[in-house]
Amino acid sequence: MAIEVRNVTKTFGVTPVLRDVSIDVASGSLTALLGPSGGGKSTLLRVIAGLEVPDSGTVTINGIDATRLAPQRRNVGFVFQHYAAFKHMTVHDNVAFGLKIRKRPKTEIRKRVAELLELVHIEQFADRYPAQLSGGQRQRMALARALAVEPQVLLLDEPFGALDAQVRKELRAWLRRLHDEVHVTTVFVTHDQEEAIEVADEIVVLADGIVEQAGSPQEIYDNPDSPFVMRFLGPVTEIDGRLVRPHDIELSDTPLPDGATATVTRIVRLGFEVRVEMSLDGRHTWAQITRGAAERLNLAPGDTVHVRPTADARLIPAGAS
Amino acid sequence: MAKYALRLFALVYLLFLLALPVGLIVWRTFGDGIGPVIESLSSPEAVHAFKITIVVALWAVAINTVFGVGMAILLARRRFPGKRLLNALVDLPLAVSPVVVGLALILVYGRYAPVGGWLEGHGIQIIFSMPGMIMATVFVSLPLVVRAVEPVLVEMGEEQEQAAHTLGASASQTFRRITIPGIRAALAYGVVLCLARALGEYGAIAVVSGRLVGQTQTLTLFVDERFQNFEEQDAFAAATALALIAITTLLLTKLLRPKDGD
Amino acid sequence: MLAGNRGTGLGLGVSMIFLSVIVFIPLAAVVWRSGSDGPGTFWRAVRTPDAWAALELTVGASLIVALINLVMGTVIAWVLVRDTFPGRSVVDVLIDLPFALPTIVAGLVLLSLYGPTTPLGIDIAYSRIAVVVALLFVTLPFVVRTVQPVLLELDRDMEQAAASLGAGPLVTFRRIILPNLLPAMLSGTALAFTRAIAEFGATVLISGNLPFQTQVASVYIFGQIETDNPTGAAAVATVLLIVALVVVVILDLIQRWGARHG
Repeated sequence: MAIEVRNVTKTFGVTPVLRDVSIDVASGSLTALLGPSGGGKSTLLRVIAGLEVPDSGTVTINGIDATRLAPQRRNVGFVFQHYAAFKHMTVHDNVAFGLKIRKRPKTEIRKRVAELLELVHIEQFADRYPAQLSGGQRQRMALARALAVEPQVLLLDEPFGALDAQVRKELRAWLRRLHDEVHVTTVFVTHDQEEAIEVADEIVVLADGIVEQAGSPQEIYDNPDSPFVMRFLGPVTEIDGRLVRPHDIELSDTPLPDGATATVTRIVRLGFEVRVEMSLDGRHTWAQITRGAAERLNLAPGDTVHVRPTADARLIPAGAS
Repeated sequence: MAKYALRLFALVYLLFLLALPVGLIVWRTFGDGIGPVIESLSSPEAVHAFKITIVVALWAVAINTVFGVGMAILLARRRFPGKRLLNALVDLPLAVSPVVVGLALILVYGRYAPVGGWLEGHGIQIIFSMPGMIMATVFVSLPLVVRAVEPVLVEMGEEQEQAAHTLGASASQTFRRITIPGIRAALAYGVVLCLARALGEYGAIAVVSGRLVGQTQTLTLFVDERFQNFEEQDAFAAATALALIAITTLLLTKLLRPKDGD
Repeated sequence: MLAGNRGTGLGLGVSMIFLSVIVFIPLAAVVWRSGSDGPGTFWRAVRTPDAWAALELTVGASLIVALINLVMGTVIAWVLVRDTFPGRSVVDVLIDLPFALPTIVAGLVLLSLYGPTTPLGIDIAYSRIAVVVALLFVTLPFVVRTVQPVLLELDRDMEQAAASLGAGPLVTFRRIILPNLLPAMLSGTALAFTRAIAEFGATVLISGNLPFQTQVASVYIFGQIETDNPTGAAAVATVLLIVALVVVVILDLIQRWGARHG
C-alpha cells in the first residue's frame, strides 16, 4: 500500500470535517476521492500532503509514519485547484523550483525541465509567465512542477475545477494517459462522478466526513452500498419503494409478471436514447430506453405502459441513508 | 450648473488652504535667488541637521520594515488568541499625539525613570540622544509598513507558499523566494511612507531629543529653532527642502501604490 | 491559515516584546503617572485653569474642524471622482500633501500666508481661527480619502434606476448616494477628529500658544514637560488618549454598522 490512512479525525472549530476516516491507496494506482462539496475530500487530501494535521489517526506513506511529518519531508507532489503558480517566475523557473531547492546541478535541471515541459506539451512557453498562459496550460505547468522532484505520491485537489467543460474533458483523458506512462501513485479529488468513473482505477466516496464506499468504478456503479452512493454515482429513479437505474427498466405495452402499470407523461428524445417520463402510483418515475425500443413501443403521453426492473437490475430500498 | 459651483467651491478651498501657502513659501525662499538658499543649507548646523535626520530616519525605517513584515505575516497568515486585539493595537500609534509619544518615552527611558535610570547606570543614554530619537520615530511610523504589506499578503493567499512547501522548500527558502517577491511593490510603498513620516517627524522628536543644536537637532527642529531666532531665510530654506522631499515621496507613493486586481 | 505552530509562537512573542518596549509600556507609564502622586492628583491636574482651557479649545476646535471636513471632504471627493477638468490628477495627488509634509513646515507655511507678513491682507495669527485653519490643513486628506474609494465603487445603476423612476438629482443624492457614503464619511470624520486633537507642530507657530486663548492641549503638555511637571503633562495626555480611544471605538461600531448594511 502506498498510502494508508487510519482513523483520521479532523475538526475545524466546532465542525467535524473528517470522522474516523480510513482508506488504502494501492501503489501505482489512480484513485479518486469523490463526493459532494464540503464532504471532507480536500481536507483528507491535505492531511495526506501534510498541509493539515489531523486531530487523531495516522497517515502512512510507503511504510513510513508521516502523520506529523512536515510537507517538505513527505516527498508528495501537490497540485492546487487554482494552480498556485509562482506568479513572479517564468514557466521554466516554476517547474525548476523543486530541483533548485534541492541544489541539483544546472545542467541536470535544464534537462529535466525540458523533458517535463515536453511531457505536458508546453515546451514553447518555457520563458513565459504564468499570467500569459491559459488555465489549462497553467494546470499542466503545475503538474510538471510537482512531477519534477519525482514524488512518491501525486495529489491533485480538484485539478480541473477552474477550467471550462471542454478543457476539463481533454485534461481528464490526458491525465489518464499521463498516469499510464508515469505510474506514480496518484490521488485526485473531484465532485464530478463522471470524471471519477472515467479516469480512476479506484474510487473512494466521501460524504459528510465519512467513507461511504470504496471500490472500482464498475463495482461502485453496479453495486452501490447505499442509496446515497447510488444517487451520487449515476441517475436513479424509484419503483415500488426501491431505487433502480433508469436504464435497467423494461417497458412493455403488454402486462408483465411482477410488473407495475404507469401512465406516460412525457417523452424526450436525447439523441440515441429516449427518456420516458411516467406517473406510477402518483409518483414521478422515468426510464431510459434505446431509440429502437421506443420506436417499437410507439408511446405517446397519456398511454398506459407496463414497467419492470430488468432481471439483472440492482435494486436498493429507498429508505433514508 | 451645480457641477461648476461644486467644482469652484472645492478648488477655491484647496487653493487657499493648500496651494497658496505652499506656493508662497517656495516663492519667498527663492525670492532672492538660489544663492542664499544654498548658503543657508550649507551651514554646519544645517548639514548636521540633515545628517541626524537621515540617520534617525534610516534606522527607524529599517526597524519598522523588519518588524512590520513580521507582524504583517503574523496577522495575515496565522490564527492565535487575541488576534483582533493585536490588529487594533497596531493602529494605536496613529491616534497618539506626538508630544504624548515623547512624554511616554521619557517616563520610561528618561534618566530618572526606572528603565532609563538603569540603562544610564550602564552607560546607555536613551533620552536626549540618538536611541531615544530613533525609538520615537519608530513609534510614530510603526503601522505604516504593516498596513501596506498585510492586505497584499491576504490577497496573495497561502497557496503559492504551500506549493513551495510541498516541493521541499523550507520556511526561510519559501519566505525568500516566494513571499518577498510577492509583496515587493507593497513593501516598497510602505517603506516610502515610513521614510516620509520619519523624515518629517517633529513633535515627538522635539520632546525626546532635548533639541540640542548641532547634536540632536533634526531638520524639522532646525526649521523651528531658526524661525524662533528670527533667521527666516534659514528656516524657509530648510522648510522648502522638506517640502520638496515631501512632494517627491508623494509622487513615489503614487507610482508604487499597489494596483487593484493583478 | 496555520494555527498554533512554533513559528507563530516565536513571531508573536517577538512582536509583543517589540510593541511593548516601544508602544505599550511607555503609554501605560503615561496613564500611570497621571495618577501617581496620590488620589485626586489626576483631576486636580486636569482641572487647573489653563489645562482645562487647553482641553476645551482642543476638543472644540477639533469638532468644528471635523464637521467642516465632513462637508468639504465629501465635496472634494465628489469633484475628484465625478467631475473632470484639466489638472484633476495633479489636484488628486496634492490632497495627500498634508500627510507627507512635516507639521512644523505646515505651520510655517500657513503663518507666512495668514500671519503678519501676509501678502493677501489676511492676518489671523495668534487667534483661535488660526488654530482652526492649522487643523484644517493637517486633516484635509482624511475624509476625502475615505470617501473617494466608496464613490468610485458606487454602482451607477442604482442612480440610473432612481432616475428612471422619476427621482431628480437632489433626491437621488439624498436617498441613494448619501446613505451609501455615510459610513465612509463618518469614519473619515472620526479619523480627522482624532488627528486634530493630537496635532502639535502645525499649531505651534501660528497660534502663538497664548494660554487660555490659543493654547491647544498638546502645546500645554509640551510646556508641562519643559517645566518639569510630568504629572500635569501625563494627566492631560491621558485625557487625550481616552478621547481618542472613545472615538476609535465609535469608529469601529460605525464600520460594523456600515458593513451590515453594506
